[in-house]
Amino acid sequence: MKKTTLWIGAILVGINVVIALLTLVWLPYDPTAMSGGRLAAPSWAHWAGTDRLGRDYFTQVMIGARIALTVGVGAALLGGLIGTTLGVLAAFAQRGFDDALAATLDILIAFPTLLLAMLVVAASDGASLGTAILAIGIAMSAIIARLVRILTKRVLAQDYITAARCSGLGWGRIVLVHVLPNIAPTVLVAIALQFGLAVIAEASLSYLGLGAPPPNASWGQLLQSAQSTVFNAPIGVIAPGLALMALVLGINFLADGLRDLLDPERGAA
Amino acid sequence: MSLISLKDVQFSYGDTPILHGVSLALEQGESLGILGESGSGKSTILRLMLGLTRPDTGVVEADGSVLDTRSRARMQAHRRFVQPVFQDPYTSLDPRMKVRRILTEPHAALDLPGDAEAEAARVLEAGGLPADSLDRYPRAFSGGQRQRIAIARALIARPRVLLADEPVSALDLATKVRVIELLTELSRELTLVLVSHDIAIVAALCPRMIVLQQGRVVEAGKTAAILRAPQHPYTQRLLASLQHMPMESP
Repeated sequence: MKKTTLWIGAILVGINVVIALLTLVWLPYDPTAMSGGRLAAPSWAHWAGTDRLGRDYFTQVMIGARIALTVGVGAALLGGLIGTTLGVLAAFAQRGFDDALAATLDILIAFPTLLLAMLVVAASDGASLGTAILAIGIAMSAIIARLVRILTKRVLAQDYITAARCSGLGWGRIVLVHVLPNIAPTVLVAIALQFGLAVIAEASLSYLGLGAPPPNASWGQLLQSAQSTVFNAPIGVIAPGLALMALVLGINFLADGLRDLLDPERGAA
Repeated sequence: MSLISLKDVQFSYGDTPILHGVSLALEQGESLGILGESGSGKSTILRLMLGLTRPDTGVVEADGSVLDTRSRARMQAHRRFVQPVFQDPYTSLDPRMKVRRILTEPHAALDLPGDAEAEAARVLEAGGLPADSLDRYPRAFSGGQRQRIAIARALIARPRVLLADEPVSALDLATKVRVIELLTELSRELTLVLVSHDIAIVAALCPRMIVLQQGRVVEAGKTAAILRAPQHPYTQRLLASLQHMPMESP
């Protein structure tokens, strides 16, 4: 069952990755140009129909996959890097600094991502893919840092760390050789789950106009623009909605499967 | 001259005093048992001997000089001089490392002479484990085998002092006997400090022992003499309580 979820997850994410990469070299239509009638129903020429300006929906959903993955991967890398670094430092820190950092992380976690995104947008030149990645990455880093801090403290309490110290290893090498490999499976699964949440957050930001600016066809933006025509042309909501659901479901399945695959007590001797 | 010693050592964790003026010394080839209840300061003595922590007052001497934990060179030499074996074989080996890497890691980190692979094979054999163990992960071994791997890791530095912290308390009876046999064999060549709350283990391995109570040495001397006629009321209580307990013996 676990392997099945891993495979389903890999296939769903894989399809999105292939589509995202394909958009770099080929698109069925120009996403900004009228290629058919307004609000046309799905057909062989337009698999998901057209929007109210006559632009091909399927093309826009394909571009949406690229934006979702770009923001998801960017935020996951940023959040993972900052979170892991902060978490390891906090685990080694003296009590005062550790407490202060833990309190800061709690506040950051309680802070709504959307509000944080608005602050980032306000502090920068305007909404862009970069601000979306930054806002989601910062929010994600707090969650990862808190997890890494706890996991690192747990690993540092193990006898094999004391043995490593007695074997002449310095703290830097202990972190690289013993701590990171032992916390990696849990952290990777957490990052993967956060990746799914980042994709949803990106769609939310775009829906509110705080994500990738037009003409980038983010899924959130597609949902927002199709909102007024939902009863006349429901495909405009269904297509990006299904794509979003498939990607997030795929990421969650993949994370779940990875958790099992990376468990050291389950692998072959 | 003592091989390793503690001289009037005081130690506290924050405001909690752990050791009060503890002194002890070991000669080359000697085996010393440290007996005491949980929280008596036994493991703290080992941590001080390992240089993992510093005494508040008093000194730890090893190999003829005061142990300066701030000196990198001194500590590197000390790591080759003294090695630990821990209580829980399930937490003392990194689950993500193969036995080969577990055994060769100290060899590289301590810049030991000789071929790391050959040394790993040597200590593995000394630990009574088959050579094909090198390419397996700790999860492939039983508790007793894991403890033997931990002992093998300690031996790779060819230390002169082996510090064993309750090395058999987490093992079943049959495994316990095999590990005690291995430690007995090693104690013929090494200086052994054995921390335990189990009088039978101390009696089996250590001709000399000290009894710790709340961070103070309340009795010290030959194990046989202490067991025959304990002088301190705490030791008497400890031995009396053991007689009323259904205990495993090695």
